[in-house]
Amino acid sequence: MDTKPVNQRAWLMVAPVLVIVAFSALIPLMTVVNYSVQDIFGPGEAYWVGVEWFQEVLRDRRLHDALFRQFLFSGLVLLIEIPLGVAIALAMPRSGWKVSLVLIVLALPLLIPWNVIGTIWIIFTRPDIGLFGVAINAAGLTFDHTARPLDAWVTLMLMEVWHWTPLVALLAYAGLKAIPPAYYQAARIDGAGPWSVFWYIQLPKMRGVLTIAVLLRFMDSFLIYAEPFVLTGGGPGNTTTFLSIYLVKMALGQFDLGPAAAFSIIYFLIVLLFSWVFYQALQNVGRADRAGGGPQG
Amino acid sequence: MLDLSWMAWTTPTAVFFAVIFAILVVFGILHAIRPSFERVGVLGIPTQRGDRLFVSLLGSAFIHLAWLGLVGASLWWALGVSLVFAAAVFRWV
Repeated sequence: MDTKPVNQRAWLMVAPVLVIVAFSALIPLMTVVNYSVQDIFGPGEAYWVGVEWFQEVLRDRRLHDALFRQFLFSGLVLLIEIPLGVAIALAMPRSGWKVSLVLIVLALPLLIPWNVIGTIWIIFTRPDIGLFGVAINAAGLTFDHTARPLDAWVTLMLMEVWHWTPLVALLAYAGLKAIPPAYYQAARIDGAGPWSVFWYIQLPKMRGVLTIAVLLRFMDSFLIYAEPFVLTGGGPGNTTTFLSIYLVKMALGQFDLGPAAAFSIIYFLIVLLFSWVFYQALQNVGRADRAGGGPQG
Repeated sequence: MLDLSWMAWTTPTAVFFAVIFAILVVFGILHAIRPSFERVGVLGIPTQRGDRLFVSLLGSAFIHLAWLGLVGASLWWALGVSLVFAAAVFRWV
């Protein structure tokens, strides 16, 4: 049984947060649920349609395609950014003035507003004046992200990797720096090579930060909007239309608030499911570490 | 008084949120009377009563969506399946 003294005054401290959450999350979410079962023409003009929007959205082929694209995009992001980030962190200097230099260079992409990132890459990849576009065309390859779907994807992936790999690298670097030197000394005494050191010391010790990196990168890439919207606008055709772009087209472009609300709820449930799975993974990674590392269990 | 007509409340959605809210209140009271203990179930993760409620609710949402997409618009059977699912979650997860 809990023997700690019960002090309910702490609830007062939580009250402002509850009010903010109610205004910023609960009331909008309740409204979305209300909209999802009605045909909304304007304030006070709503007609009950039941689950019709949900059925419509669930059978929408374009939504299926956007969902598939979204999973493909997030999967590629994780497959590229996590190993690349770890590799960069391993190659980074551990002390001296070079550390500051590398950290600043790495942090630069993270400091740029997301819509500006899209604009930078539009100009960078233009076939007439962009450095990347001109160079790749001069090499004899046809490259045009406005007309060729594969080129649009390549550009998007390059942009995403350039933008967010530094975050993974910084997290992995923090994990590496936290390993006590005694581990490396013990490895040297045992005659372990660089690969064994990585596999048995560095990677297990980075597991916590890497789980956070996976969680952040999955969530962020799954909700991506500004960069592809600016860079490709979802095209060519619909080949880079991700869930959020499709949702905004539906809600604001066509003003189909009912179907967009039903879509939002499904989107929200998917994000909620994955957040929960990743959260459990995160918790249990920590648990396994503690069970192996000390008497706390 | 705030004008909340833009929220477009309907009776079914109000009932829906009232039921969710009531479940949370009941579980809150239950937690105060009989605190739940952690156990590891079929998912291999430690769960408390609240975790099992969350899994039940999230699973029920997906059961309802699957029913809508694969079977039809009448959701009473989906509700039944969800209740069975919730019972299973509380028993084995």
